[in-house]
Amino acid sequence: MSRLRTTSQPAGTSAGTTTASTEAVPPAGPVARSRRRRFPTHLVVFIAPAAAIYTVFMVYPLLDSLRLSMFAPRDGVQVFVGLDNFVHLLTDDLLSDAFWNAVWNNLVFFAVHFLVQNPIGLLLAALLATPTLSGRGTYRTLLFLPTTLSVVIVGFIWQLIISPVWGFVDTPLLGQSSTALVTLALMSVWQYIGIPMILFYAVLISIPDELTEAATVDGASAWTTFWRVKFPLLLPTVGIVSVVTYVANMNAFDLIYTVKGALAGPDFASDIMGTFFFRTFFGFQLQQGSSTMGATVATMMFLLILAGVLLYFYGWQRRVESYEL
Amino acid sequence: MSAVNTPVRGVTRAPAAGRPWRARAGAVVPHVILLAYVVVACGPIALIVMNSLKSREAIFEGPFVFPTPDTFDLAGFETVFTRARFELYFLNSFIVTVGTVFLVLLLGSMAAFALAEYRFAGITLLSMYLAVGIMIPIRLGTVGILDLMVRLGLVNSLAGLVLVYTAMGLPLAVFVLTAFFKQVPGDLKDAARIDGASEYRVYALAVPLVRPGLAAIGVYTMLPIWNDLWFPLILTPSENVRTVTLGTQLFLGQFITDWNAVLAVLTLAALPMLALFIIFSRQFVRGLTSGAVK
Repeated sequence: MSRLRTTSQPAGTSAGTTTASTEAVPPAGPVARSRRRRFPTHLVVFIAPAAAIYTVFMVYPLLDSLRLSMFAPRDGVQVFVGLDNFVHLLTDDLLSDAFWNAVWNNLVFFAVHFLVQNPIGLLLAALLATPTLSGRGTYRTLLFLPTTLSVVIVGFIWQLIISPVWGFVDTPLLGQSSTALVTLALMSVWQYIGIPMILFYAVLISIPDELTEAATVDGASAWTTFWRVKFPLLLPTVGIVSVVTYVANMNAFDLIYTVKGALAGPDFASDIMGTFFFRTFFGFQLQQGSSTMGATVATMMFLLILAGVLLYFYGWQRRVESYEL
Repeated sequence: MSAVNTPVRGVTRAPAAGRPWRARAGAVVPHVILLAYVVVACGPIALIVMNSLKSREAIFEGPFVFPTPDTFDLAGFETVFTRARFELYFLNSFIVTVGTVFLVLLLGSMAAFALAEYRFAGITLLSMYLAVGIMIPIRLGTVGILDLMVRLGLVNSLAGLVLVYTAMGLPLAVFVLTAFFKQVPGDLKDAARIDGASEYRVYALAVPLVRPGLAAIGVYTMLPIWNDLWFPLILTPSENVRTVTLGTQLFLGQFITDWNAVLAVLTLAALPMLALFIIFSRQFVRGLTSGAVK
């Protein structure tokens, strides 16, 4: 990281001069070899800006957050406290209850996505991939439309529609602790279903006809062909979609905050890691915000994401065979 | 799940002329199910847009009725523009989104070109370093980002947002564009070099050839930025740098009982991205599937 930043310094100053010198290289002869010998300024010019912005505004803050999770304010200065913050988060009565509640809710939030978006996405993709279907492009665009909306808009659209004031739904689905979280998760599924649909669809249309024809010739019914030939080819994509959904869900925030506020009511029934992180960092009601405890929660979120990704790599991807088509 | 099966059966058995009804059902059933889901996906959006143009009574009396001259009412939009500075929020969102997309495409394509074109020590490490950012959500670094922005004096500035979003968009842009640049024929670049073109000139020649990749990354970068609530809420809360998404959120919190205004603001906030998506849906879908779907 530091190496990148030091190399980026000469880039700005010497860019102009070396442009000229590269051009001065005689076009005939071993151009590539003579270029390789001089300092590759163009390489630095090409890569340094992207690497610098990425390093300063993404990698550094992430590492800084990791660092801060091991510090705590004492008399106005940040002092190193090792893993005390984590111990506090996991053992303090109030805090650990809130933390585990958020973890559990977040897993439920993901489970609803997993259980609903895969079958519906698969069904829609299979229908879209029907060879004789007309108007395919229009369907694709329309089915994808909700995905382009802001989560804030999605939250309010559904809040209005299921509001008892408008009268389509009588039960206050968002007001009861038993239904709030699942309702919010379904709103989110409604918005993002287009992504699994398109990815499944891409796999289905890339399956060569010979493969399905061979199965049909061998006497397999369409039903058997789907489950025995196409479905195994879809499994790697189901895995990728699920792991991407898991990562997105683990740092979801906008929807819950829009619909239920930072307190993620009723009685924290819809509290997930994102809202818990926000409250810990900025404080709420009587509890004061803390950047170091906020960083601690962020680090735990990172570990949860890492655990999910590793589980995917070792539990799913290794067992599911992927085929080159 | 049986519905998945029906159309496929209809198609594969179609040559067997013995069961024409079956073939016909196989052609109709997919449309029925897809249309039903189109209603689920687009109905709520249509409901909001439709009712934003109606008077308060009409919204509650006949939510599913199209606005007629009798019920047509723009009161909601008037409230929105008199009570909040939405034209300013749109401008802010526009500056942030366009600025970020420009930087991501320019810097991302430069880095991707270098990674695809040259062999040098540490290239694998550098590629991996840049690719790590695809899987790690930048929000986890929020504590560090806010701290950094305070030190740089970039809190409540659009530049701060642009820099964070650029950092967020670059990893995927570099990753995808590298694959696109690798497909640019080498002969073309070598011909330019033999003609004495500098490496910068070769880059400029190669960029137009990866236009599909640029379009896909552009659309893909744009959406989450325009729609983001988290960073505007934390980095740019003050009125004069507020984005549409945050402006909408704050406005809705304040005017939740004024249904006309709520519906109007939802319509206003949704329309630009809906329109853009309908225009660029092909690029978007292609970007999402890295070219598998044309």
